[in-house]
Amino acid sequence: MKYVLLFCGDADDAAAFAALTPDELRARYAEVGAWFAEHRAKIGGSNQLQGPETATSVRFGPGGPPVVTDGPYLEGKEAIGGYAEVDVADLDEALRMARTWPGRGTVEIRPVVTRG
Amino acid sequence: MAGTRDRRDPPRRDEGLTPAPDDRITVAQDSLAAAFRDESSRLTASVTRILGGDFAAAEEVVQDALLAAWRQWPADGVPDQPAAWLRTVARRRAIDVLRRDLRYRDRLAATPFPAGPAAGPVADPAAGSAAGPAGDGEDDRLMLIFTCCHPALATEAQVALTLRTVCGLSTAEIARAFLVSEAAIIQRLTRARRKIAAAGIPYRVPDGDELAQRLTGVLAVIYLLFNEGYLTSAGDRPQRRDLTGDAEWLAGLLARLMPAEPEVAGLVALIRLHRARAAARFDDAGRLVLLRYQDRSRWRHADIAAATDLLVRAGQQRRPGPYQLQAAIVACHAEAPSWQDTDWTQILLLYDALLEHLPSAVVRLHRTIALGQVMGPEKALSEADTLAPLLDRYHLLHATRAEFLRALGRHDEARRADERALGLTGNPAERALLEQRLA
Repeated sequence: MKYVLLFCGDADDAAAFAALTPDELRARYAEVGAWFAEHRAKIGGSNQLQGPETATSVRFGPGGPPVVTDGPYLEGKEAIGGYAEVDVADLDEALRMARTWPGRGTVEIRPVVTRG
Repeated sequence: MAGTRDRRDPPRRDEGLTPAPDDRITVAQDSLAAAFRDESSRLTASVTRILGGDFAAAEEVVQDALLAAWRQWPADGVPDQPAAWLRTVARRRAIDVLRRDLRYRDRLAATPFPAGPAAGPVADPAAGSAAGPAGDGEDDRLMLIFTCCHPALATEAQVALTLRTVCGLSTAEIARAFLVSEAAIIQRLTRARRKIAAAGIPYRVPDGDELAQRLTGVLAVIYLLFNEGYLTSAGDRPQRRDLTGDAEWLAGLLARLMPAEPEVAGLVALIRLHRARAAARFDDAGRLVLLRYQDRSRWRHADIAAATDLLVRAGQQRRPGPYQLQAAIVACHAEAPSWQDTDWTQILLLYDALLEHLPSAVVRLHRTIALGQVMGPEKALSEADTLAPLLDRYHLLHATRAEFLRALGRHDEARRADERALGLTGNPAERALLEQRLA
């Protein structure tokens, strides 16, 4: 089954990340790199996203043209920091991957819609 | 593990329930399912496996088979081996489902078509328990339990699904047990089944490190069921199903399926020890009686001895856990001739051990009672006071403080604490007890 792992975080996670020393930051990126290497065979597309302060939203209302606004769709403190598309046997395997994610924060697992 | 043999309650009928015409089928299925409770979960489990974990389809197939029995048996007579009859019908229908759906083609090739009238030896539930785990369909049942209790489902969905699918309760019975509408239960079940299919929750028993973690979740669901039944078993709600019997049955089933897990045996012992004392929990007027005042001659002492024996054998594996320790505490109480002649030092030690596994404020609160007996009420009160910030909204904190305050002769403060407790509980039996104290 295909899933997308959404790497999310809130303000506390962001603060914890910002507080990392350069050495800790290097170590963290190395762990994340190792995680991707370990699961390479299962991972399709994946990207880290720039911060929510760079987001722009196009919102379709009930009538009239869509409205363009500054800021992310998700309101409040939570933001999606990146994603990875994975192809695994079932939810348990996706959960095993998510549990070992070194990036901290919260990992949301969403099955992908398949047609046919 | 003879001590884990279930002593099942006789099947319950829905007395006093006059079904509307549309409900007739459901009620007939219900009594059939109740009569074949053990068999029905076996049936659901094996059909779910045939259908590759498709819960919704399996549910329909099993209902179909039960409905066929309901139609045919009154006319043709009950077959010699009713369980085997049901299994054959269900299996045939499951294979029909596979044939209809192209997605299942590979699975169909791997599923042997049932040849004779019986798809295998008919397991007598009683004989099966003596023989231990394994046997036809038992692995399937274990998968069923683990899938129903998957942590990706909300706890209330895990509970409803387990009751429906493993225990064979009807949606109406589950609704009555939790005092919610049947429509809400049906919706909860539908959502859960949809998520199992859509999110790819697998139909299998986890292994390795995952097993221990997931087993904790399964035990938590059973314990939650038991507590729900235990706390609400006050006499004024006779229409409410007693879930403690369901919890005991489920724990006993799990112990049979996983005899090497001491915590499962611990949970069985815990439930049986509580149930063995149930008759003394209420007086003739239906009022709650605290442990200290209970008539201990009304306890079922043979059951207590058997449960304690089971616990001792589980303990020999030297893998203690929260359920074994809680059961050991209850066993200390159950074996004591009176409240005064209770081994409070031992209980205090067991609470200290329990806190290492389950460092919760509620456990610390229970511990204060033993502490009061060993070290005196003053010490116990100051320990209870340290819990106030965490448990201020929990009525038992205030009721427990009231007891210590009374023992210290501080009656006005005791009264205020009891009043506070009364304002925080809605349980009628507990309210009656507090009102009596305040009168």
